[in-house]
Parts: sequence; structure tokens; C-alpha cells
Amino acid sequence: MSENSLAIRKFSDLANPTRFLALADRVLPWFAVATALLFAAGLWLSFTTEGDYQQGETVRIMYVHVPAAWLAMMCYTVMAISALGTLVWRHPLADVSAKAAAPIGACFTFLALVTGSLWGKPMWGAWWVWDARLTSVFVLFLMYLGLIALNRAMDDPARSARVSAVLVLVGFVNIPIIKFSVEWWNTLHQPASVLRLDGPTIDPEFLWPLFSMAVAFTLLFFTLHIAAMRNEIWRRRVTSLRRQAVRSAGREAQAL
Amino acid sequence: MIALFFRDLKLSVRAGGGTMIGVLFFMTVVAVVPFGVGPDLNLLSRIGPAMLWIGALLASLLGLDRLFQAEREDGSLDLLLMQETPLLMTVFVKCAAHWAATGLPLVIASPLLGLFMNMNELAIGATMLTLLAGTPAITFIGAVGAAVAVALPRGGLLVSILVLPLAIPVLIFGVSAVYAAIEDPAPFLPPFMILMAITLFFAVIGPVAAAAALRHSAD
Amino acid sequence: MMSHAAFVFASYAVAAVTVAGLVFWVIGDGRARQRELKEFEAAGIRRRSAEASGGAGR
Repeated sequence: MSENSLAIRKFSDLANPTRFLALADRVLPWFAVATALLFAAGLWLSFTTEGDYQQGETVRIMYVHVPAAWLAMMCYTVMAISALGTLVWRHPLADVSAKAAAPIGACFTFLALVTGSLWGKPMWGAWWVWDARLTSVFVLFLMYLGLIALNRAMDDPARSARVSAVLVLVGFVNIPIIKFSVEWWNTLHQPASVLRLDGPTIDPEFLWPLFSMAVAFTLLFFTLHIAAMRNEIWRRRVTSLRRQAVRSAGREAQAL
Repeated sequence: MIALFFRDLKLSVRAGGGTMIGVLFFMTVVAVVPFGVGPDLNLLSRIGPAMLWIGALLASLLGLDRLFQAEREDGSLDLLLMQETPLLMTVFVKCAAHWAATGLPLVIASPLLGLFMNMNELAIGATMLTLLAGTPAITFIGAVGAAVAVALPRGGLLVSILVLPLAIPVLIFGVSAVYAAIEDPAPFLPPFMILMAITLFFAVIGPVAAAAALRHSAD
Repeated sequence: MMSHAAFVFASYAVAAVTVAGLVFWVIGDGRARQRELKEFEAAGIRRRSAEASGGAGR
């Protein structure tokens, strides 16, 4: 029964992934070129601008760290929107999008953590402080890994998508609570003498490289995301083809 | 609904259920701590509430994967899905029964362990109170994880991995409420109220999400 | 200042390695999937819809 209804739905929605593949083929080269250009500009800007008088050269870490942290959050938002798409509109591409976004988001979160740690060592004198921001990003990282583990553990893509969509949404609702509670916990346990990452104002000198790097990273994310979605669609086609091959082989064996 | 509550309660209290194992696990975890940090009574009384909370958190995660799995194995999950009462209510009642069978014994066992950790009466009382308010939240979050992992053959570990990050706020506010009660300057009520709010919030979110996950994993 | 430069370069290196790893993983994954699809096509197994629409999707 379920096999039948699934087949019908797949059949009627097939135009959509196919159209998406065509679109992705057309769009991806442009995205890749734009990403490369922006990265070149961003990197040039971030190495030619002056260092901060207070933080010295380390301010250059910011041009990687802040975009990565921004992407870590944006990627989860993309996943949450895709989860809504899966559960509410049953859009066939939404679960592909959520599944493709998870590893990319985990990578950027990892990047944010590592660069934050590399920034923290010269600034705070420690690789890791239980700062509210670092801690909540770490929790986000754990959530990404849990979602990837869940996606891996289930073999049926349609079911795993819907189930993990529920979890993504619960996590999305939870992120503000986690953020708030970690901040509370932090003010409770830590003296306020720690140097904050955000200075009082940000010098326009830093704004341009930061901005261009942020845009470059965002474009990079979308490029990777579209490519990963395309891969995921291909992977599903391969599995369905393989199943079809097995089935037709079985039929031939029966006929003999 | 009430019949379901008592059925679940009886099943888990009877032999093979999670109640005894949960409490034993809780006691073992807390009893292992002094071997790790040394028998210094002052230190133990300082970290005692936190250790009790962590032990309770881990122990209540222990039995969670069984929340829906037994029903799935004997097929009664499909009956629960198809009956007239909304699935939401069923999940809520099942969570309540699970909490009464595994969470409540932890709360009852906590004073004894508090004595082991050289905590004073006030600290023990505060820990009990916060555990009473906080463990339902863990069960409700855990229900989401259990519903998500219900179809997996070895979902138990995955449930813990998925649920623990989401349970961090409960731990933070539970422990900080206890410390607020022990240390004078900090007020006890704000963190405790927030803890209650989190519990109520998850009492809504948990069953809704768990019911959605169950319905989607069934077909 | 020297040691700080090391931190800057380390963070950029980590970023480069992570991004490169991600890019190569995505590209490699795509190549492998496409190769598998080609193999199926060569073996004469086609998707039913592809037959219906004349393989416009590829």
C-alpha cells in the first residue's frame, strides 16, 4: 500500500527534481565563478587592511571566523525552512535540501569553532573558554552531528527525511532557549572581566573585508548546497535504478 | 487514557521494566563520582547538587528508547495510532507514565544520594524540588528522540545523542536554582520559575513533535 | 607579533583545508554518482519517466 502511494507521489512530482537538475546545471558555474571572484577580493582586502591597534594581526582571523559563524546559523535556518517544507507542503526537494545542508553546516560550524579557538588563544590566553557564544555554537555543532548520525542511520530516505525534519524543527525552537540559558549560566559562573569578542564599535576599515568575506562565504554555501542537492538527487536515482535492475533481474530469473 | 497510564506504569514497574535499572544506574553514577574527584567532603558537598543532576539526566535518558519501541514490536503502536483519541494525548499520557515510572523514583532516591555527597538539608530539599520540576522536561524532550528513533534497530544510543544537547537548558536552570538556594545572595525563584517554564514548554512541544514523528515513521 | 601571525595563518589554513575538503567531497560525490548513472544507462536500464519524456532530464 505504502509502496504504491509513494510511487504515485514520486511519479507526479518527478518534473520538479528534473527541472531542478536542469536549473542547477545552468546556475552552478556562475555561482562558482562569483564565489571565486569574491573570495579573491575578500582575501586581498583582508590581508591588505591595517591590523587593529589593540588586537594586532589577530583581527584578520575575524574575516574567517565571523562568516563561518554566520553560516553555521544560516545553514540551520535553511534546514528548518526545508523541514517545514517537508512536513507542511511535502515538497519533494525540501528533504533533499535538508539532508544536503547538514554536512555543510557541520563543516562551517567546525570552522567557526576552530578559528574561534585560534583567536581565543592569543586574546584570552586559552584555547577554549566557556564563553556563552562559544558554548552555544558548540551545542549547535553537536546538534548537527546528531542529525547527520540520524540521517545515516535510516535507510529509507522518505521516512528519515520526515522524521529528521521533526527533529530539526524541535532543535530550531530550542536554539533560542539554549542561547538564553547558556548566557544566564555564563553570567552566573564567569566574572565579567573577559574580553568580549565584539568591540564597542567596528571600524569601517574592517567592515569592507568582513563584508566581502561574508558574502563570499554565503555564496560558497549556496554553491555547495545546490551541488550537494544535485548529488543527493543523483544518489536517489541510482538507488531506485539499482532496485529496478534487481527487480527486472528477478523477473527474468522467474521467467526462465 | 487513565487505563493506558496504569498499564504503562505497571509494565515498567514489573520485572524487566526500567524503574529499578534507572534508579540503580543513578546511584552507581553518583557513587562513582567520589572515586574520580577524591573523598574530600567539602568538595563533594559543593559539587553534590550538580552531580545529582547529571546522574538524574543520564539515568532518565537510559530507559527512553523503550518508550515506544516495545509498542512497536508487539504492534500496539499501530492501534494507538489508529484509535479515536488524538495521538497527542496518547503520547502525553505515555510520557507521564514513563516519568512516573522512571523520573519519580529518581527524585525519591535523590535525598539518600544527597546524604552520600555530604549535602545539607537545604541543598537536599532544593535538589529534590528542582528534580521534581525538571525531570518531566527531560522525559518530554526524550519522547521526541524516542519517537524519532523508534524505527531504528539500535536507536538507544542515538536517542541520547539527539536529546542531550536539547536538555542542556534544563540542566543549567536546575543546577543554578539549587545553587541559588544554597548560596544566599542569589535569588532562588527566577531560575526555578524559568525551569518550570521550560518544563511546561516542553510538555507542549514534546508530545506535538513526538506525535508528528510517530505518525510519519509509521507509514 | 610573530606568534600571532602564526595563529592567523593557522586559522586561514584550517579554513582553506575545510573548505577545500568540502568542495572536493561534493565534486567527488557528484562524479561518482554520475558515473553510476552512466553505468546504468550503458547497461540499458533507464528510468521509466526518462523513457516517457525522452530522457529530457539529463
